[in-house]
Amino acid sequence: MSAPFVLTSDNEALAQRIIAKYPHGRQASAVIPLLDIVQRQNGGWLSREAMDFVAQRLDMPAIRVYEVASFYTMFNLKPIGRHFVQVCTTTPCWLRGSDAIVHACEKRLGIGLGDTTADGAFTLVEVECLGACVNAPMVQVGDDYYEDLTPETMTQILDDLAAGRQPRVGPQSGRKTSEPLPGLTTLTDAAVQTGGTD
Amino acid sequence: MLKDSDRIFTNLYGYHDWRLAGAQARGDWDGTAAILAKGREWIIDEMKASGLRGRGGAGFSTGMKWSFMPKQSDRPHYLVVNADEGEPGTCKDRDIMRHDPHKLVEGCLIASFAIGARACYIYIRGEFYNEASNLQGAIDEAYAVGLIGKNACGSGWDFDLYLHRGAGAYICGEETALIESLEGRKGQPRLKPPFPAQAGLYGCPTTVNNVETIAVAPTILRRGAGWFAGLGRDKNTGTKIFCISGHVNNPCNVEEEMGIPLKDLIEKHAGGVRGGWDNLLAVIPGGSSVPVLPREICDTVLMDFDSLRAVRSGLGTAGIIVMDKSTDIVKAIARLSKFYKHESCGQCTPCREGTGWMWRVMERLVVGKAEIEEIDMLEDVTRQVEGHTICALGDAAAWPVQGLIRHFRPELERRIHAYKGRGGTSLPMAAE
Repeated sequence: MSAPFVLTSDNEALAQRIIAKYPHGRQASAVIPLLDIVQRQNGGWLSREAMDFVAQRLDMPAIRVYEVASFYTMFNLKPIGRHFVQVCTTTPCWLRGSDAIVHACEKRLGIGLGDTTADGAFTLVEVECLGACVNAPMVQVGDDYYEDLTPETMTQILDDLAAGRQPRVGPQSGRKTSEPLPGLTTLTDAAVQTGGTD
Repeated sequence: MLKDSDRIFTNLYGYHDWRLAGAQARGDWDGTAAILAKGREWIIDEMKASGLRGRGGAGFSTGMKWSFMPKQSDRPHYLVVNADEGEPGTCKDRDIMRHDPHKLVEGCLIASFAIGARACYIYIRGEFYNEASNLQGAIDEAYAVGLIGKNACGSGWDFDLYLHRGAGAYICGEETALIESLEGRKGQPRLKPPFPAQAGLYGCPTTVNNVETIAVAPTILRRGAGWFAGLGRDKNTGTKIFCISGHVNNPCNVEEEMGIPLKDLIEKHAGGVRGGWDNLLAVIPGGSSVPVLPREICDTVLMDFDSLRAVRSGLGTAGIIVMDKSTDIVKAIARLSKFYKHESCGQCTPCREGTGWMWRVMERLVVGKAEIEEIDMLEDVTRQVEGHTICALGDAAAWPVQGLIRHFRPELERRIHAYKGRGGTSLPMAAE
């Protein structure tokens, strides 16, 4: 029998703030946010002990928590690598070359989809639409999106992560976000109040 | 083309400060208390007069939806904002939340007031971690200076706004699945009726609106229903954020007038189709759930609810997926079938079984390993899924396949004949 799961004090405070968002007696609403907290604390996956902790904390039957944990794709029910590489391959990304992005990942990491590298550094998976379609193809690594990818930039990102360097998040093509790459076609009228530069 | 001065999302691309100071310089939170002082009736009437139709896909009148909420009630009312953006081809709410979050926060206050809600939950897809971070930052700023919270904006209205992160499930974009998820369960849609306006979150009267719908409301109320209704076309008014992805030279998001010709949108903002307009094969005009349109329709079609319905497709979320002549159109649609199979919640048999069946037949059609009769059989199965499930995911899975058969049947037949010509043998029919 493994040791029971215990939240760090920071995470306990966070959990209390989250539970307070919902009406009295409706604390089950916090199940997804709490599973997210315990998954992060547990190295990216949900152990039985972690799920049981959430069930007890929210006064829910454990089976209800397992149901939620197994329904939502962001919960991992087995360990993953330190860098969780999720490649979108749904049609808008596929049209822009996501097959080549998958191949670049497989080649650089030496593993296939669904696998983890022997050193535990990377897990590679295929995911459905991540909602960044005008910046396709794209991947999510951890919490961050990397967009407008080519096989070369994808490989560079993996090289950086492997070397402990933080790659630049967002589009790799040189544009800032979702604007047309060569330049703006709208929002060029200086008279329109913009509120300063970011 | 829409003038910049008529654009609502003036920080769409995040070139400017998304925080409160920047948002106020762009006109957000200007006179909010005065808007609330005009009362619920005035706000709802003004929204009706603006002609705004929901920006999440269904296109229902926003003012009408708000009016369905009980006027008096002994239970709390809730506004729930659907920020579970995940319809393939769609990434507009993401830009609103990361670059113009105060438009959404202000909209939440105004809409909640209009429906008698003291609390609002924004349900954002879990993968949008950085977007949630900006949005939470905006919420915190608004609380800190009294724009929301007790006596919001000095209006006398107490209002709480909470951000709730999901965890990866397309189905939670369906409003009753979203409510189930928000209550702490699997995201499985509820039977309607009762509709959320009678029994929604925690069994209380609830309105569920898309991010873009809520975020445009403050500007509409400030500038007037007449201004918004004067843009676009009759019954298809205002502006809209379009997402142009796929085989264009410059994929992008852009806010344009409703009813803009699809061709103008692609050529003026997205740099045209890769290889030129003549290289266009087909367009999915409203996110993956709406039927594909062949090039000849794309030549002239206007981008609004009624124009696209007239050509048996839909505006949906206005996620425009462009495919040039290099596209394997069967594979492109088969990939969507795989998506719907993955995302079916499993509750209704026609959808749970049908999405998998349709995907497997689609995969065989990619290589032509099928009998000609199976095209009609596939079409028939889509009709047995469509309209026979609790929620619209079954319809959404059926329509792309129907669109493919409607417009590209010769290509399907060509592949079947070619496969047979190579001496290929098919499976026993429909032995999936």
